[in-house]
Amino acid sequence: MNAILLMLLGLGGMFLGYVFYSKYVAEKIYKLDPDFRTPAHEFEDGIDFVPTNKYVLWGHHFTSVAGAAPIIGPAIAVIWGWVPAFLWVIFGTIFFAGVHDAGAIWASSRNRARSIGALTGDVVGKRSQSLFMIVIFLVLLMVNAVFATAISGLLINFPSSVVPVWGAIFVALIIGQIIFRKWMNLGTISILGVLALYAMIFAGPEVPLALPETVMGLSDNASWILILFFYAAIASLLPVWMLLQPRDYINGLQLFIGLFLIYGAVLISGPELVAPAFNTNTPEGTPSLVPLLFVTIACGAISGFHGLVASGTTSKQLDKETDARFVGYFGAIGEGSLSLATIIAVTAGFATLADWQAVYHSFGQGGVSAFVSGGAQILQQGLSLDVEISETLLTVMAVLFAGTTMDTGIRLQRYIFQEWGGIYNISWMQKAAPATLLAVGSCLILAFGAGGADGTGGLAIWPLFGTTNQLLAGLTLLVITTMLVRLKRPMYVTLLPLLFLLVMTIYALLIQLKGFYDQADWFLFSLDLLVLIAAIWIALESASALTRIRRENAAENATEAKAKDS
Amino acid sequence: MKITAIRRWLSRAGELANEYYNAPYRAAVARAKREQDDLFMLYVYAEMMGIPNPASYYTLELQPLLLEQFHEWHLRMGMEHSPFDEFRCC
Repeated sequence: MNAILLMLLGLGGMFLGYVFYSKYVAEKIYKLDPDFRTPAHEFEDGIDFVPTNKYVLWGHHFTSVAGAAPIIGPAIAVIWGWVPAFLWVIFGTIFFAGVHDAGAIWASSRNRARSIGALTGDVVGKRSQSLFMIVIFLVLLMVNAVFATAISGLLINFPSSVVPVWGAIFVALIIGQIIFRKWMNLGTISILGVLALYAMIFAGPEVPLALPETVMGLSDNASWILILFFYAAIASLLPVWMLLQPRDYINGLQLFIGLFLIYGAVLISGPELVAPAFNTNTPEGTPSLVPLLFVTIACGAISGFHGLVASGTTSKQLDKETDARFVGYFGAIGEGSLSLATIIAVTAGFATLADWQAVYHSFGQGGVSAFVSGGAQILQQGLSLDVEISETLLTVMAVLFAGTTMDTGIRLQRYIFQEWGGIYNISWMQKAAPATLLAVGSCLILAFGAGGADGTGGLAIWPLFGTTNQLLAGLTLLVITTMLVRLKRPMYVTLLPLLFLLVMTIYALLIQLKGFYDQADWFLFSLDLLVLIAAIWIALESASALTRIRRENAAENATEAKAKDS
Repeated sequence: MKITAIRRWLSRAGELANEYYNAPYRAAVARAKREQDDLFMLYVYAEMMGIPNPASYYTLELQPLLLEQFHEWHLRMGMEHSPFDEFRCC
């Protein structure tokens, strides 16, 4: 099949989902009201609560949810063939992610823009709120460990990207200063920044850099992971305007440029998909498609992380409630389109089936490196860019995403530690530096504990990360469903995705638990067990909360009927 | 005519881009600014708490200017009332 057809089918499907399904959900289920006074207006303070133009808000929502995860997930999951991955990304975006993201914004804006974590406490129960904290912590822990491993792999596979990747940090630092001190306007500096970044990308292949294979008994992979965490620790302690803000901005520009280049190149060259539609000949050790596909692709189909962004910042800036449809649902579609681009790159970017099979020789292979090399082939055919430069370009794009997520992730973990320090009266834990050390330390334990001394096993926890992320999405869906039941509206739009997610995650956790037991990997076994307990807990909480509210509703109806009779 | 239209469009695009750059970090930046301002308040009112301040000749002049923020500041610092005997607030 031709990649152009796949691209049109995917984009067309998601577009139809936006036009019809999101309209139905927004008007009939959430009943978004253009006259509702959103928290941005009600509590307008010029800082947190600011009514924002819906296209700007969409830009934020989209760029803060789209990162390296929607690339890594599909790039691993095509091992079962491109059809399952494609269908889950498209239908997941239409029926799961869009509904979840728009719903999270709606739920939060109807509750004084409070975060989903706080809402869980109010709407579902106190116990679920503490559960929420634990799940968030686990997600952050895993995302940092996985991304550090992914970045180090990329830096080793594509040494031409080392200079632009680290150079981008200096570009961001300089941009940050220039904007902060108002030396230049944003338009000029954006153009200069992008030019500087691309100049480095073009220069990268001339100055490839690689670490020595072993330094003090550590492999190059392990050294990169240590360097990355050292960087992330420092970056997360700097004021946001210095590094994180300009980096995020450049990433946003990069994301749009990258998507534009990939889809443009696909349209021009029209490559054929070489990977099988359904891979009947999966390498030994590949787990079964159901349920692992649904946790391997989390971001890009549905991801709990979006709920945090939607309820934490987006809902505070919502100008009109009806904007939630565009910002939330279309934001999810933006991420779906990044995943779709990844699927095309890793299935059409290889010359022959044998080449493809050589990369996907066992489960967990492929990943971002396959995205980079596949995507580079497509860029080379479509735009006749040099392969090495294309590889550098895509590596820089992926690494910048993952690096910014690590910076944010470590920062958030530090806040959690500081909060725990406050709760349990441990004064040293409330300080920034020790809390950061704890955050980085816990991530390092995971990165090395999961894969031995060279740290290569970090990606082994990818499905586990997906599972935890899905659980977070499950909690958000639970909050939305509970609200819908209270309002006596149809709940199937969110209940069915919730049930599907719970069944698939618990099933996947059990299968992985058995796998870790067979490998006698007790570290991951206990981590899996922890997530499993959280999953079962969420399932029980969901059941109890929903029956409780239905009983209350029934009692209310009965008294109303009685009142009518008398 | 056309040039003014383009100019208007450009300035609108610039506004939106600025919004895009600043909005996600507005709260964090404001918080950092407030922390610095709090420290500055401490400098200005240091002398009153018995902390010798070599620049008090200059900061004395600032006290009436910062008086408006004084109430919020002492509340934020966890003091229900003004910490100074001779300096009532609420």
